[in-house]
Amino acid sequence: MSFLTSLFTADGFLGPFLRIASYVVLAPLVGGLLAGLDRKVTAWMQGRVGPPIIQPFYDVRKLLQKENIAVNRFQNFFVFLFLLFMVFTGSIFFLGAGFLVVVFSFTLACLFFVFGGFSVRSPYGHIGAERELIQMMAYDPMIILVAVGFYLAAGSFETRSIYQAGQNGILIAYLPGILAGYLYILTIKFRKSPFDLSMSHHAHQEIVKGLSTEFSGKALAAIEVAHWYENVLLLGIIYLFFSFHPLIGVAAALGAYFLEVFIDNSYARFKWGLTLQSTWIFTLMAGVSNLVILHYLLTRR
Amino acid sequence: MDTLPIVIFLILFPFFLSLACLSTRTIAVRRTAAVPANLVLVGATLLLLSRTPKDPLLFIVEVPLVEHLLPFAEIAVGVLILYLALWSRRTIVALLAGVQLALGLAFEFLFASAAHASHNLFVDRFSILMALIIGILGTLIANYAVGYMAEYHRHYPEVKDRRRFFGFLLYLFLSAMFGLVFSNNLKWIYFFWEITTLCSFFLIGYRNDEPSQESAFLALGINLLGGIAFSAGILYLFHHTGILELDRMVAEGKGYALIPAALLAFAGLAKSAQMPFSSWLTAAMVAPTPVSALLHSSTMVKAGVYLILKVSPLLNGTLAGIMLTFVGGVTFLLASFIAISQSNAKRVLAYSTISTLGLIVMCAGVGTYEAAWSALLLIVFHAVAKSLLFLCVGVVEYKLGSRDIEDMDFLIVRMPKVAAMMNIGLAGMFLAPFGMLISKAVTLRALVDVHPLLGVILAFGGGATLFFYGKWMGKMVTSEPGLQSNEDRISPWEWITMVTLSGLTIAVCLLFPVITHGLIDPYIQGVYGRGPTLERFNLILIVAIMVSLLVVFPAGLLYQAFRKDYRFVGPYLSGGNLERAAFLGAMDQKRPADARNYYLANYFGESRILRIGLFLSSFFIIVMFGGVLS
Repeated sequence: MSFLTSLFTADGFLGPFLRIASYVVLAPLVGGLLAGLDRKVTAWMQGRVGPPIIQPFYDVRKLLQKENIAVNRFQNFFVFLFLLFMVFTGSIFFLGAGFLVVVFSFTLACLFFVFGGFSVRSPYGHIGAERELIQMMAYDPMIILVAVGFYLAAGSFETRSIYQAGQNGILIAYLPGILAGYLYILTIKFRKSPFDLSMSHHAHQEIVKGLSTEFSGKALAAIEVAHWYENVLLLGIIYLFFSFHPLIGVAAALGAYFLEVFIDNSYARFKWGLTLQSTWIFTLMAGVSNLVILHYLLTRR
Repeated sequence: MDTLPIVIFLILFPFFLSLACLSTRTIAVRRTAAVPANLVLVGATLLLLSRTPKDPLLFIVEVPLVEHLLPFAEIAVGVLILYLALWSRRTIVALLAGVQLALGLAFEFLFASAAHASHNLFVDRFSILMALIIGILGTLIANYAVGYMAEYHRHYPEVKDRRRFFGFLLYLFLSAMFGLVFSNNLKWIYFFWEITTLCSFFLIGYRNDEPSQESAFLALGINLLGGIAFSAGILYLFHHTGILELDRMVAEGKGYALIPAALLAFAGLAKSAQMPFSSWLTAAMVAPTPVSALLHSSTMVKAGVYLILKVSPLLNGTLAGIMLTFVGGVTFLLASFIAISQSNAKRVLAYSTISTLGLIVMCAGVGTYEAAWSALLLIVFHAVAKSLLFLCVGVVEYKLGSRDIEDMDFLIVRMPKVAAMMNIGLAGMFLAPFGMLISKAVTLRALVDVHPLLGVILAFGGGATLFFYGKWMGKMVTSEPGLQSNEDRISPWEWITMVTLSGLTIAVCLLFPVITHGLIDPYIQGVYGRGPTLERFNLILIVAIMVSLLVVFPAGLLYQAFRKDYRFVGPYLSGGNLERAAFLGAMDQKRPADARNYYLANYFGESRILRIGLFLSSFFIIVMFGGVLS
């Protein structure tokens, strides 16, 4: 437990370099296991047995052994940048850097992935990339509002200070609407139905594999691993809300993850229009109203 | 060397250049002379920077000749505008010009004998910042124009070659801009203001065909509205207080200065193409590209927000200030929405300019020291990246014969160098670690400190910006083996400017701490009594991202270019691939495969959103004036 606590505190027993190292090593393990659990739970919900929990690792290992096939020289470079900047983003988040810097670096990483889709002259890749951009436009305001909410509640954009402020439970008490809005966009970020427009793990999609259509072998493995890093980072933000007790924090993060798996299995895919509209409306209803109430609450004091 | 001679030199030297341009008939002479002249202009600007005074300096410049000539020059400009409007039978424009002329004449007849400003010129760090933008970007763009206009007339043989006039206007404009940012006398500011309006009018109408004349008169009409407000503001201020200086007006505090402040802010809104006046800027995109880069993105439209930022301390905390914030907010949000639905590259850039200016107006309306600080940052970063983008689009337009983003497929293969620079410009507008995004981060904080709803506007506008720039970049990075690159016949004039601007776009981000520490922080400290602080750790991270991009990107591309262990296949086309962009579909028919961008017109259609913006912003402006009158 003290390990989890020390992840965010400046004077914990983990120095900055050790902290980055532990994220770089542990995040893919956790992310991969979660992906395995996801498939297990999904199978269970559908009345199947499902693959072993470490199946995602087998998948990645197999992908790494495949031949290098590509449509053009530069497409895989973008995937590399996606992975690189995702690791960077997660590292600075767990270092306690400014939350806005984390958000911007995160956006940069995600954009590299989009450009990977664009970089090939492939109709399926393009439509996937376009849809991914629409999804980014849909969730981006809410991520900024999470930052604003943290700032109002903690008085700082620094992740360190946000973590400190969360120690007495103030974040979840002040920001329930922000959390709800964040959970909503988490469905987009986890690429779960109803928002898995741009690409999906399931084969039954009208745009084949969307953004990732033209990637294979090592590049596909890199996408998968980057996605694991991404998921751990996103769940780390959930943890921030509940950081007053490590157990509750981990439970909340896991709970959020399985909530998304449950939603994935109970919704049909939305069209992009509905995705954009509903996300923005929900951002306004949950996130913005929360901020306005909090503002008046804080100024009255 | 003292500061004053440099200031006067900066105003007069471009003016002499413009006259020289007009009187030199030989193109070769003009071109040859342009190089040293431009270098001198940049050198003078940098010299001024090195002489940055500790505190704002006010200069008593008393030249009887200027005192006597200026009213006549001002009246002459008014008469010229009236004549132009009457000559081409634009009733409304003529009417506006008449009103403006009447206001000018009224001032001369009522107060001319008493009108005397104690300090005509001044220098502070804000004006030096503006001078750097005008001097360096202006000269670079003038340099680009040499190559661009030659090609322009090759492309459009039907357009009459009036390049001498073009050069005259460009340098006259630079002179007027320098005058505008160094003048303390409101009458002087107003005079230079009108000169920029006039230059803008002639440059938009350069093609001299029906659409460009329409656009030119639209811009003229709307800016005349602003001019009338400006003129009325001076008249009111002088009548009630006898003040004719900007610094004394700001020091006067609320009271009689409040109404003039609102009028000047109104003039600024028109100049900066804020809603409901935004239509003139999008129409002005018919002008040759250097004009769009210089007047309509980096300098002239910035004069509007410059004036608003100057008078905003007066409006701070009043209903008018709140309304100003709302006008800026509506413009910022809706203009970035509209940009989603545009496929014409120059119109996308125009809407993005309007949107950024809206953000700056928002900051000015909020009026806190943090907001003013971020407004200055936005001005600098936007000017550099946006002018680079315009200039790249200008070059691409000739090569593709189109300025439509949909025609920019494979640009990274067809014009690799230009596309790379364009991507730097695009990244400069919306991506970490470039300047605009850093500015938006500090803006977010400044706005949220006032009210979280202002931050919400920024969040949604930012999402839209991400989308429309993202899809544009995506379009360009699509690569296709086997295409020829076609970048010859771009003149060295254009190359030098674009390469320098790309370097500047990166440099202003790396030098970000130097710029804020040297110019922006002390200015804010002087005006507001306190300045913001930046978290050093985050700054290091941002610079780290920049440096790693600068290293990783070229290295990675090089590595990929020489890798041998790939097997190349065609893309998946759900059928038998025939050639690169076609497949064998059902019934054995050849089907072309193509991909186009999303424009989401049902959600972000231009006319609908413009109507909403027109209504909301007009409402806020009416309330703004109601607020100061009551």
